[in-house]
Amino acid sequence: MTEPVLSVRDLCVEFVTRRGVLRALDRVSFDIGKGEVLGVVGESGAGKSVTGSAVIGLIEPPGRIASGEVLLKGERIDNLSPERLRHIRGKRIGMVFQDPLTSLNPLYRVGEQLVQTIRTHLPLNAAQARERAIELLAEVGIPAPERRIDGYPHEFSGGMRQRVVLALALCAEPELVIADEPTTALDVSVQAQIITLLKRICRERGTAVMLITHDMGVIAETADRVAVMYAGRVAEIGPVRDVVSRPFHPYAAGLMGSIPTLETASERLVQIPGSMPRLNAIPVGCAFNPRCPHTYARCVVERPELLGRGERASGSHDGAGAGHAVACHLYDEPGVDAEALVQRDKVAAAATGSAA
Amino acid sequence: MSDAAFVQIRDLRRVFDVSKPWLERTLAREGHQLLKAVDGVTVSIRRGETFALVGESGSGKSTVARMVVGLLPPSAGEVVIDGVSMTAAKDAAARKKLRRRIQMIFQDPYASLDPRWRVGRIIAEPIRAFGLAKEQGVEARVGELLRLVGLDPADAAKFPHEFSGGQRQRIAIARALAAEADFIVCDEPTSALDVSVQAQILNLMKDLQERLGLTYLFISHNLAVVRHMAATIGVMYLGRVVEVAPARQLFSHPRHPYTRMLLDAVPDLAMSGRPRTPVQGEIPNPISPPSGCTFNPRCALANDRCRREVPPLKDGTACHAVHEGRADSQDMPEIAAG
Repeated sequence: MTEPVLSVRDLCVEFVTRRGVLRALDRVSFDIGKGEVLGVVGESGAGKSVTGSAVIGLIEPPGRIASGEVLLKGERIDNLSPERLRHIRGKRIGMVFQDPLTSLNPLYRVGEQLVQTIRTHLPLNAAQARERAIELLAEVGIPAPERRIDGYPHEFSGGMRQRVVLALALCAEPELVIADEPTTALDVSVQAQIITLLKRICRERGTAVMLITHDMGVIAETADRVAVMYAGRVAEIGPVRDVVSRPFHPYAAGLMGSIPTLETASERLVQIPGSMPRLNAIPVGCAFNPRCPHTYARCVVERPELLGRGERASGSHDGAGAGHAVACHLYDEPGVDAEALVQRDKVAAAATGSAA
Repeated sequence: MSDAAFVQIRDLRRVFDVSKPWLERTLAREGHQLLKAVDGVTVSIRRGETFALVGESGSGKSTVARMVVGLLPPSAGEVVIDGVSMTAAKDAAARKKLRRRIQMIFQDPYASLDPRWRVGRIIAEPIRAFGLAKEQGVEARVGELLRLVGLDPADAAKFPHEFSGGQRQRIAIARALAAEADFIVCDEPTSALDVSVQAQILNLMKDLQERLGLTYLFISHNLAVVRHMAATIGVMYLGRVVEVAPARQLFSHPRHPYTRMLLDAVPDLAMSGRPRTPVQGEIPNPISPPSGCTFNPRCALANDRCRREVPPLKDGTACHAVHEGRADSQDMPEIAAG
């Protein structure tokens, strides 16, 4: 495999509070290759947005990166000065956030914002930058860009604004785009347009994408690989098709089963009892153990490592490589067919689950 | 289940005045600007059934919900629940009795519970207000309700901020049940929740419906959730119902071009690789909606008639192309489902 565009190694992020140190990210590792879309999925509090912020160095105090490395094309960026990081943000890493209205300055015309960003990062004069801005707007599907470029953000609809934000993120030809819930504020029909656009543009340009979302449907449509996060840790990572259709981790299996879909109109949805632990009360051992139907002695004392399915026997510890990796002790137990067990309770939980 | 409609919504309309202030309007020589949020909605819901209204933002679905429970007076039309009109003056006495039986669950469980009240007091409020239990029995009833929604009776002493979003939504459900309601209007009850918590709440709502024979009007933008919950579904677009059908039929044989487009736009978790028709455009500004069928600028089947005449809701669909038999062409592939 060629060198990944983004490589995150054992990243830990902590927030120091009066009541002690809260660990928001706990040894998170993953890679994103050129032109690849990595989906980062999880429920509120899983740490997916913190991961995005940590990569671009936007963790605000009292938060800090406690350990680990973030490498952009093999070069460490987590220990750069704020000044140097600012040059990387926007130039080499583009960003798209959930609410397009907060990413755009309401007082400036869309064109001015684009031109300013382009000229900050690329050696172009005003006329060239404007020309490039128009090209970009056309590329993200804004009709009549030569006229719309002089509009203000409030004159654009939600979907069109998100297109402008995407153009802003792409204007300096970044190697990596971090998209944090880019479609959450949009209606389904517009969401589909933005997903298709994001996917097409990144494929054409070979841009790596880290797509953070809580919506598994968006991930399934867009991502090549997916990392499922739980309580600040990566529970499972693998090709999106495998994770969606045959999740290994009991949490991932429960999560997939709890999503209502158009295809399966079963009577009951799979239900994971309880909810995500708070950061000040993450269980010892596997963070999922209080909610897991298969918990046994080892789960409450020892934290499972993220290991590829093939790497289990050899015990090597680079679970973030390609392939399908899972952090669950069941897969280490001799004589236990963990996969069959997890697949089965995807169905059983729906049948026996009781709400009240 | 009786076939008679439990809830009847007849030609319901709501117009909002969104004009600029008088002085500004006069200086700019503009007239009044009116927004037709709901434009002639007719729907009937059977007892014990879940009826869902789906639509994108601005389709008027929440406005319908608010008018049905009486939080917003309709501009025209009427809502009849169990034979009692919610609008006609002559039914005032009967309506007072009916009020108790209609409750609402809101989208944001952080905003719909008073942060200064203990949970016990929140749930007891309807019991006391409607005199449904003697004072010494209230606490026991609250405990019973908390258990019913999967919480602990001891939780009554806590404040809302001590609960997670899903638990708060359970409290909101308990409050609705405290009034011994049989018709519950749910406005996006799970949109603010995570999927695994959403599953818990949806399962709970289904269980309660079965046990207590509740009737739900379920408002949502999420088609997959609606498919899971509802028996009958109405699809709204710009204030009008464009298609009404039993859930199964709507998903296996969507007829209105807008319904087909919506179904097509839902991200496909199963990755069956079904072909997707690219969606065209966005919802137009409701202040100046297109003439005729409001969907015509986005519709591949639109012709002159669609741009001129508003299609009536006939046989469950409001579409000229469907009525004229033009919609069965291949440019609208049906979605395999079920």
